[in-house]
Amino acid sequence: MLLPRQTRLALFLLSNLFFIPIAFSLVEEQEQFTEELLLKPLPDRKVLSHFHFQSRAPPTASYGHHHRLFPKAIYHLVHKYRIREMELSFTQGRWNYERWGGFDPISSNNAKPPGVELWAVFDVPEHLVDAYWKNLTHTLSGLFCASINFLESSTTYAAPEWGFRPFTGSLRYGSLPREAVCTENLTPWLKLLPCRDKAGLSALLERPSIYKGFYHSQQLHLTSAEFKSAELDSGIILEQTLTVVLQPGTKRTGLAYFQPSWSISSIFGKQITGKCVLAKSSSVFLQIESDAVSELKNLWKENGMSVKSNEMSKNLWSNPYFELSIAPDRVREASSFNSDSSSIFYEFFIQKYSRSESFDLGLTWKSPFVWSCPKAPLHATRFLMGSGNERGSVAITLRTTELNWRLMDADISEETCKLRVDIFQMVPWYVKVYYHTLLVFVDEKPQALIDVVERMHVSPSEDKVSPGLMELALKLPCRLNSAALTIEFSKGFLHIDEYPPDANQGFDIPSAVISFPSFKTRLHFPNDDSVSYLPLLSKLQASTFVCMQERSPVLSYTEVLLVPLTTPDFSMPYNVITITCTVFALYFGSLLNVLRRRVGEEERILKKKAANKKTNRISILLSKFFAKLRGRPWEPPESPVSSLSSPKLLLKVIVVAAVAAGWQYYSSK
Amino acid sequence: MSGIESINARRRPIVRLGVFLISHSLIVSVICCIAAILALLLLPVLAKSTYVSENALMPGSANTMLSNQEVSEADRLVKDVNALSLESVDAGINIAKLIARYMADLGAEVCYHKFRRQQNQFNPLHFFLSTDPVVVQRNISCSSFGVNTVGVIRAPRGDGKEAIVLVTPYNSSRIDAAEASSLGIGYSIFSLLSQVTWLAKDIIWLAADSRFGVYAPVASWLKDYHTPLFSGLGQVNAGVCHESNDLLKLKDAMVSDTNISKIFTRAGTMAAALVVKVVDRHNEADEDTLSIFAEASNGQMPNLDLINIVNYLAVHRQGLRVKVEKFWSLLDSKFLNFVGETVELLGKVAKSLNPNWRFGMPVAEYVEGTATLASSLFNQALGVPTGPHGAFRDYQVDAITLEISPKGSLKSMGQRIDFLMRGGRLVEAVVWSVNNLLEKFHQSFFLYLLTSPSKFVSVGIYMIAFALLIAPLPIVAASLCSDANRRDSSLSKEGSSQPHASADEPNPTLKSWRWLHAAKSVFVIHFWSSLVTLLPHFISKMPSGTSASSLLIWLSLCILSLFLLYTILGSPFSHITTSRPQEWAILKSVTVSAAFIGLCLMSVINFATAEIGALLIVPMCLIACPLKLDLQDWSFRALIRAASNLTLVLIAFPPATFYLLKGGIEGSDSVSVGNFWNWLETLWAWNSATYLYIGMVHLPCWVLCLNILLHPR
Repeated sequence: MLLPRQTRLALFLLSNLFFIPIAFSLVEEQEQFTEELLLKPLPDRKVLSHFHFQSRAPPTASYGHHHRLFPKAIYHLVHKYRIREMELSFTQGRWNYERWGGFDPISSNNAKPPGVELWAVFDVPEHLVDAYWKNLTHTLSGLFCASINFLESSTTYAAPEWGFRPFTGSLRYGSLPREAVCTENLTPWLKLLPCRDKAGLSALLERPSIYKGFYHSQQLHLTSAEFKSAELDSGIILEQTLTVVLQPGTKRTGLAYFQPSWSISSIFGKQITGKCVLAKSSSVFLQIESDAVSELKNLWKENGMSVKSNEMSKNLWSNPYFELSIAPDRVREASSFNSDSSSIFYEFFIQKYSRSESFDLGLTWKSPFVWSCPKAPLHATRFLMGSGNERGSVAITLRTTELNWRLMDADISEETCKLRVDIFQMVPWYVKVYYHTLLVFVDEKPQALIDVVERMHVSPSEDKVSPGLMELALKLPCRLNSAALTIEFSKGFLHIDEYPPDANQGFDIPSAVISFPSFKTRLHFPNDDSVSYLPLLSKLQASTFVCMQERSPVLSYTEVLLVPLTTPDFSMPYNVITITCTVFALYFGSLLNVLRRRVGEEERILKKKAANKKTNRISILLSKFFAKLRGRPWEPPESPVSSLSSPKLLLKVIVVAAVAAGWQYYSSK
Repeated sequence: MSGIESINARRRPIVRLGVFLISHSLIVSVICCIAAILALLLLPVLAKSTYVSENALMPGSANTMLSNQEVSEADRLVKDVNALSLESVDAGINIAKLIARYMADLGAEVCYHKFRRQQNQFNPLHFFLSTDPVVVQRNISCSSFGVNTVGVIRAPRGDGKEAIVLVTPYNSSRIDAAEASSLGIGYSIFSLLSQVTWLAKDIIWLAADSRFGVYAPVASWLKDYHTPLFSGLGQVNAGVCHESNDLLKLKDAMVSDTNISKIFTRAGTMAAALVVKVVDRHNEADEDTLSIFAEASNGQMPNLDLINIVNYLAVHRQGLRVKVEKFWSLLDSKFLNFVGETVELLGKVAKSLNPNWRFGMPVAEYVEGTATLASSLFNQALGVPTGPHGAFRDYQVDAITLEISPKGSLKSMGQRIDFLMRGGRLVEAVVWSVNNLLEKFHQSFFLYLLTSPSKFVSVGIYMIAFALLIAPLPIVAASLCSDANRRDSSLSKEGSSQPHASADEPNPTLKSWRWLHAAKSVFVIHFWSSLVTLLPHFISKMPSGTSASSLLIWLSLCILSLFLLYTILGSPFSHITTSRPQEWAILKSVTVSAAFIGLCLMSVINFATAEIGALLIVPMCLIACPLKLDLQDWSFRALIRAASNLTLVLIAFPPATFYLLKGGIEGSDSVSVGNFWNWLETLWAWNSATYLYIGMVHLPCWVLCLNILLHPR
């Protein structure tokens, strides 16, 4: 069963197997840290690398408060906020469900919406949950240098009942689609690891290379059984994962179907120089997907080679199609839930390598090779409909993918076969959703809601207080081609200080979560008990032993939407101030004028003045004009008394004009 | 008199100013009209140079990355397309398949978008709305399908909330070398952008099948993008078109190629759209030229920043000659040359006084600016988009058409590659710049007229002319009304001395309500005009008829309905009594007020239409005076007034205006009777508000002026 040169190792493992019952209690009492890396070539010439670090602290009751490996910050966090489960993810880029898979455990657990997503389950009475959540967001915000504290406001988080996770209780969910993710978020995350990024697998995390990728999701998952309500006392488990999709080799080759060859050093720019000494186990896996394996088998058959599945998996690391640069220490086969053939995991033990003999796994493709990845039962997209600043609607379309239906729980041939789809959607309050306008179309035919909706929970938004929440369980016929949901909304008006300071791009509607509870993502490793010692694989297998909860359903996130809201003209307040001041000035001016004016007296003075004026043509014309303006008949000046006022005035004007002209002339020079 | 004087004395200055203006309405209106025309003529002088207002755009800050590799691949596509078009006469679907294959090889998401030719129907009830999406016309032939090819590149690190759209129209039934190279430009950009990592917004490339015109494919794609149908569409297609050859081929193509998505591929909200078009003008130009088209429906314009960056990049980076549309016939106009010389002279004088005063400009520049301005104003006033970019503006997306024409022939390989490189680099730089934008386009102007690619007149300046034009209208209306009242009161004073005359007017308080009769006749005319506006809808439904016969039917129906209404509701002439000689003045006053209200409303909807309309209506309304009065008078002034009245009424008659303008712009040979009808048809087919303006403001105003001219007293 095992390769000859690994006999020593195998013996060790076997002995482990025998001593499980005895060793178990001893192991549980220790703090543990494991590091693993999964590499997987993707069908569209990219490589998925999934780092998985797990730290485990034994229960406080038996172990006490002091830890050697487990990060203190997280321990405090768990105890202070009484967290039963929590997940925080920072993501950049979008997971491509069509090309990178939508059915396997990694895509269901580690494909996250862009930005920050946080959910947590608290072990406190219901009325305290919100307060604990608010404190938690502030602490996390400080811990990870991110604006998670924006999730404090009650308009940004919601309390899903059953649509997001089957695990109900005091769950809170919030997401910030606009949060930019960068190194400053990664550094604190790395600080939680015992070896940081100085040794072990995490030393591979060269910043330029991992942020250059097409998808980058850094995640922190906490499970604790510290508190009284948990049945099984297994301490705190901290899982830190980093999922990166990278493109090996930027140069495009002429052949579109030729997979690029890569090695760890070509992807990350570094090699693995031994394990983190504090880690209990340290391994690298290379996964060949089941579809690729069956494709390989077919090709072998065509070429007339002997096909024995056992033999093949042993020899598969070097075959006419691809070749690994290092022989794997162990080969595991995992049968997947939805496919006949099994995917293959090549395992490499890192403890053998050191600085002098570094580990640089390479994969060389020898001939063109095409396969496809396992896809979710329905592919979901979400988009906005309508235009203009007043109304619109959100549409979610579900389209069937080429899935092997045989492996579903129910029998598909029956008419009564139903496919259950859960939709969880949170909408900010300024997008006012009219829930009664929900329409469902199945195969382009409108359906009565009562026929398709199995369960529905709606909590409408309250202005400036809480977001709208919709949880919907649909039961759709199994043989559907497409389904669509539309729901209308109108756009609200924000208060002036709720707008971003500058003219903005629009406002975001966070991703909806689509899950398929009748499908479970898992890989099954038959006759392979040692898997339970490898947290990554056991997580993929999702046995009830490790995860204390049900196997996770197939889950996918939809796109983030951008809603342009009416942006008022922000210069308007200024205009209003100006016009108000003008009106006030006019009002008070005229009021004062009326109060202090003595009309009769003024007219007498005017007449006297007019009497004193010298009559010349211009002044007569002017006085005629002003009289017209005043609306009085013009009275000719009575007594022409000569005075020097007019020439004086003229002189003054000429002098001023000359000064101005001179000034102009000299200043222009 | 002393009582009146004291009232006057007590009046506030603003009221006194109003009274002064009203009493001198003639001078005021003459001054205002002349000033308005001067302001219009001075617009090219007042134009400002454009500048990129949004700092985030940073045009030309990065070096273009388009290399020979992408361009030579694009050239391969051009060659393949040309070969296909030579192979068969109707290569339609094959070209779409070819483009789709090229797109899919780049790793883009590809889908076909099938659309049918849409008959633009005049729908009086949904004038400003787009046509109802639920209405599906069943009796359409199967050949009227076009196929767009849509490719989407997802930005590697973007969040997919926004997208930039590139459109390259090509005529699938008869593709020529120029259209093929526009596909080449599109492909070279697309292949570059599929490799770069700096993208923040998704890229959509729409290869639009323009066999039914450039606008229709883009508009129907946008409609399906924004308001998709979820039910019923498939059945209609399947039911109607079993035998359609193209469709079957398309289905084959869809089935055979797994890379091509069967559903409509979408990206996020559109940030901007560029329509790239190559036109082989075979002109004598020694440079590659770029023409920018920006006018969308109802005079809406894209943000000026978009034009600015294109202009900046084309001139300063790629060395293209940038043009915007202008009226060529205006370049030789003697009048404009004269005005230009005057302006130049004034500028020189001003400069000699103070070198800092720089408002003069050379004659050639002035004339060119005016021709461009006139074209810009005219296109906005027409309300018909000047290209496929117009479809985007209906969804609040900023879009322009770039029409590039090469200096040499596209046949030779070297020149073609050089041309593809230049065009591609320009589009790449624009995409890069728009990609930098974090917000919406908001910083620069939306209301402007272009006088050259790098000069513009903003709304604050060009509205002065309009304001001056319509300012006299309320003043004249008020003065006419007050005059009539005064004369009336003086008449009634005289009449009160004769006891039998007062029997005619039993109740003197009713005199102040005299305008009601005039208002009624104005209302009747407006009612008639709205009827007449709806008539073409029914006439166009009639099976037979050339455009000329339709026009004649329409005209005769108009006249018939007018007389019918007169007999039912009474004509303006029916209530004439000798005791009210100023009846026409009241009628004119109400007409002028109605025109004022109509122009103000129109200026909100489409400013350019209102401006041109005001140029025609305002003088006609102001001068209108019964011919009988003038002919009785026989003075020189009266004769001139009568003559100008007649000419203005003749000019302002909508068909006459149209024929005159058309003859003036395109030469008199091209004018035929049916043209006007065709023109009206295009207006309503494009949902242009100008049609409504002509029907409901201009036409009734003209008829009322005619009524005043023919008034018996």
